[in-house]
Amino acid sequence: MLEGIFIGLEAAFSVQNILMVVAGCLIGTFIGMLPGLGPMSIIAIMIPVAITLGDPAAALILLAGVYYGAIFGGSTSSILLNAPGVAGTVATSFDGYPMARKGQAGKALTIAAVASFAGGTIGAILLMIFAPALSSVALLFHSAEYFALMVVGLSAIAAFAGTGQVAKALMMTILGLILATVGEGALFNMPRFTMGMMDLQSGISFITLAMAMFALPEAMFLVLNPARGASGEGSGKITNLRFSRAEGKAMLPVIGRQSIQGFFIGVLPGAGATIASFLGYAVERNIAKGDEQAEFGKGSVKGLAAPETANNAACTGSFVPLLTLGIPGSGTTAILLGALIALNVTPGPRLMIDTPEIFWAVIISMFIGNLVLLILNLPLIPYIAKILSIPRNYLIPFILFFTLMGAYIGQNNATELLLLVGLGVMATIFRFADYPLAPLLIGFILGTMLEDNFARSMQLYRGLDFIIARPMTLGLLVLAGLLVLLPSYRSRRARKRAEGVADGD
Amino acid sequence: MALDRWIALIFVTFCCIYGYAAFFTMDQLLPPFMQRNPVWPSTFPKVLAVLGIIVGMIVLLGIEKADEEDDEPNATEINYRRLGDYKIGQALMLLGLMVLYALMLRPAGFLISTSTFLVAGSAILGERKFHIMIPVAAIATGFVWYLVQEVLGIFLRPFPFFMGM
Repeated sequence: MLEGIFIGLEAAFSVQNILMVVAGCLIGTFIGMLPGLGPMSIIAIMIPVAITLGDPAAALILLAGVYYGAIFGGSTSSILLNAPGVAGTVATSFDGYPMARKGQAGKALTIAAVASFAGGTIGAILLMIFAPALSSVALLFHSAEYFALMVVGLSAIAAFAGTGQVAKALMMTILGLILATVGEGALFNMPRFTMGMMDLQSGISFITLAMAMFALPEAMFLVLNPARGASGEGSGKITNLRFSRAEGKAMLPVIGRQSIQGFFIGVLPGAGATIASFLGYAVERNIAKGDEQAEFGKGSVKGLAAPETANNAACTGSFVPLLTLGIPGSGTTAILLGALIALNVTPGPRLMIDTPEIFWAVIISMFIGNLVLLILNLPLIPYIAKILSIPRNYLIPFILFFTLMGAYIGQNNATELLLLVGLGVMATIFRFADYPLAPLLIGFILGTMLEDNFARSMQLYRGLDFIIARPMTLGLLVLAGLLVLLPSYRSRRARKRAEGVADGD
Repeated sequence: MALDRWIALIFVTFCCIYGYAAFFTMDQLLPPFMQRNPVWPSTFPKVLAVLGIIVGMIVLLGIEKADEEDDEPNATEINYRRLGDYKIGQALMLLGLMVLYALMLRPAGFLISTSTFLVAGSAILGERKFHIMIPVAAIATGFVWYLVQEVLGIFLRPFPFFMGM
């Protein structure tokens, strides 16, 4: 392995490559901030540039820089505007945005940068150690297990909802799943629930829904209640950029756990950063104690660090199936696979043997990408956070404009904008009635994958037998059931106990 | 009845319609060879409709009891019971403006419709310093257009339709 690291270092460290990674990080960060352009689209856009470089190592280094930059840029818009542009950063906005509203935008961005750096770096170390061995484990997961894993992911939303909110959260999840059935599925070549409208044929786009669920209601609330925007911003001063020693100490175990958990979830093809960040958030929320748990969703340091670490670690983990099996586990790695093939490199089991310099250059470029990102972005944070001190009369039209743009760029379809406004009004009403909106979006994201895997396992086993025939599936489904029932059982027991005490007095 | 129960009622109704579509209308269109599959395009929607009705009823009937939280309504938290105090006119006008923008984007071109949207949006919010707002809107529009169209290569029609681009 040591020999490999040296090969990678040799390939990665040249003036040209360092410039590449710096340029990549900057481009990624700035474009990633625009909601609607996630890492996937930015990498797709950069591919022509990367291919003209000709050198696979340099191209990969550039793309890795863009990739990590884009993820960090996406977190920025989640934290500052509550407008997550990428599915993987939705969980970041749960605690990042409340923190920014409390006037700690600078601190939130610093935590995000540090957590991303740690997640990415630890992920890269794990990738170095486990890549060869993990490729065989990933193959054990069949569609039945994926189906069950996604049911577990959806049940984990019980963790997002507070006591007495589980049914509401489940209702939102089901609505999300229902919205995901609109359009033409991958398995059946027939349009469903399009009501004869051509524009719904391809379904509702993720970006449109994400903007409608988070950014639009938030902007509407800012309009409705001016006190909301003015509170706590501290007249736009970004005083404390650093987190305190105690907060750092609280974050440390979270970062450690989530780097490892996120990485291993990322290894499973198809699971990726989104599930990793949601599960990471849910797990940390459940194991936090008392006051710390109550803090989640209101600007908790742990709640911000967990999804940020997990999603970066998972992004790194998703390189395992790509590099060892040639199977891209996520949209982004699929595009990278395309770039690699265009550069005459075929990822797969023989990559490590035939062209070790490529394999190791990718890993080393991950380290460099993360490091450069941290060095570049920490000084930029005060300026990025200044976005919040723009007067509200200017800020709100711009937020609305970027929301609309995000939905438009992806699809180039003006109907999408009408859909956005309609869904946004719906989401605002849901917010008024105290329904959680994150489960809706999670249901929507996982809906298509859930149905595909369900259908595939039904076809393979000609019925529901796969639940019994595959013990791992059964185990995961039982776990999902427990996750749903446990919170209401716990609150019922707590209430009983409280009543008992009252009677005793 | 509280707002959340009304929403649950609407949701249950919606699920009934969705379920009706899934149970009674979708399978007629299915070609015979696909009917031999164990899973049909309508299978998943059927499951969802049933689950949706069950969960919706739980919320509607209030079976899951919430903890009584009598926290003070915060000035910055949003609450529909105080809807009358809010600037609802501004919000509705902005929504209308967004719809208008969606309809005008293609015919009027990106540059005109976007700068109009930005200026009109801030005017609705009460901004009267047009000598600042108009240049800001124009520069921002131009910058975004340049970034999206020229750098990223995503086509955005800049000028109105009659100018031939």
